[in-house]
Amino acid sequence: MDRFMDDFSKILANGKYFHEFLGGIWETLYSTLIATAVAYLLGVLLGVVLIVGRRDGIRPLSSPVMKLLNFVINIVRSVPFLLLMLMVLPLSLILLGTKIGTSASIPPLVIAAIPFVARLVETSLRELDNGVLEASQAMGCTTWQIILKVMLPECLPSLISNFTTAFITILGYGATAGAIGGGGLGRIAINYGYNRYNYAVMLVAVVLIVILVQIFQSIGSYLAVRLDKRISHKARKNTLKKRLQPVSK
Amino acid sequence: MKQPIMRTNRLNLWYGETHALKDVTLDMPEHQITALIGPSGCGKSTFLKTLDRMNELIPSVRIQGEVLYRGKNIFDAQMDVTSLRRYVGMVFQKPNPFPMSIYDNIAYGPRTHGIRGKGELDALVERSLRNAAIWDEVKDRLKKSALSLSGGQQQRICIARALAVEPDVLLMDEATSALDPISTSKIEDLMADLKQSYTIVIVTHNMQQAARVSDRCAFFLHGELVESNGTEQMFSMPKDKRTEDYITGRFG
Repeated sequence: MDRFMDDFSKILANGKYFHEFLGGIWETLYSTLIATAVAYLLGVLLGVVLIVGRRDGIRPLSSPVMKLLNFVINIVRSVPFLLLMLMVLPLSLILLGTKIGTSASIPPLVIAAIPFVARLVETSLRELDNGVLEASQAMGCTTWQIILKVMLPECLPSLISNFTTAFITILGYGATAGAIGGGGLGRIAINYGYNRYNYAVMLVAVVLIVILVQIFQSIGSYLAVRLDKRISHKARKNTLKKRLQPVSK
Repeated sequence: MKQPIMRTNRLNLWYGETHALKDVTLDMPEHQITALIGPSGCGKSTFLKTLDRMNELIPSVRIQGEVLYRGKNIFDAQMDVTSLRRYVGMVFQKPNPFPMSIYDNIAYGPRTHGIRGKGELDALVERSLRNAAIWDEVKDRLKKSALSLSGGQQQRICIARALAVEPDVLLMDEATSALDPISTSKIEDLMADLKQSYTIVIVTHNMQQAARVSDRCAFFLHGELVESNGTEQMFSMPKDKRTEDYITGRFG
């Protein structure tokens, strides 16, 4: 315990650690944000295909195509991230010329996150009222118009919540990536904390990750309520108040 | 009898193995209300949806025969389904406004069909809301979400939304069955007004409603069109024993 406190005061006193952590935060944010953005874009596309192409969807695709899509998604989702990353790293080598570093971890993060996001999006879109889709079809909207003007706007709040969920999951994946050459807070926790038995560093890294998650969760929840067109302005204010107030007094 | 604007000619429809519509030949005359009646599962909703080509995307559906809109078969290769639905509008059983403002709900159809001008849209929105007898109730809150309205108001918003693309024919699939009696009577009054400018086909489970609002009635049973006639004749002197049993409440 004494040693732990010792290490702890060293971290606070030592400028080297400070810079290390600052860099770690930046690397984590950078890789997570880019990976989430790319994965989300592709994941939403895939999720829309999964919904629209269903047997009773607005533009059914042939059943072998849908089966294949579902099969591939399930496969990728079942591979543990650490192993998936090892398998996908050659792709980073091709795309970015390196298998080590923060940027190199982005392609594996994207690949791992796309199927995850697709399933999240599929779940939110499935809850869409079928009557609304039917009505837009009956008004002569094309499939694209229905997707862009009805489906996605209607699900916007839950899509934003999903974005937050995806971001936090990818943040977790990114920390794991630190074990095999990825950058960020995960790398610091593993290199300094685990490999060099400096548990104080590990603790600080974990606390920083927790803080990042909290911040993004709050922003996500706030936006999800803010952009919910289904509730009136007044109700929105009340909901926001309730959500932003601490639960216990 | 007036000239039919829509007619089906030996229309057959299968859901997989189930023969849901059997050789249905029916005329729907212009500026009249045609009511489709019959017990649940008799094919009347299927028939209505077929008029707007709403059920052909269901993978197991097979359709045979003709549906003529102003003399043209709507299943023809040249018939564009988007433009068909521009002329044949539909209102559903459950009120289903889009999750946007009242104004945007009504302007949605015209916008997707390329009308952009603010003045033109404003006029169209007002006219549609007036025609759907809801303008006075919502004119001060057009920017409010349509979902903040009551069920009956939402349904009239949906009717206004369907009218905004200025269709020729209006199909209503049990459009009042989810509403209270007051909203129902408002919508029934509305139908009587609307038939001056539109041709209306309704599906209803409510025999009194069919008798009250429709000019012509068609009785469906097990996918067959048993009888179709002027509403008065049908209710006073049904030709078929089965029709008589149904409208006097002996089954269904």
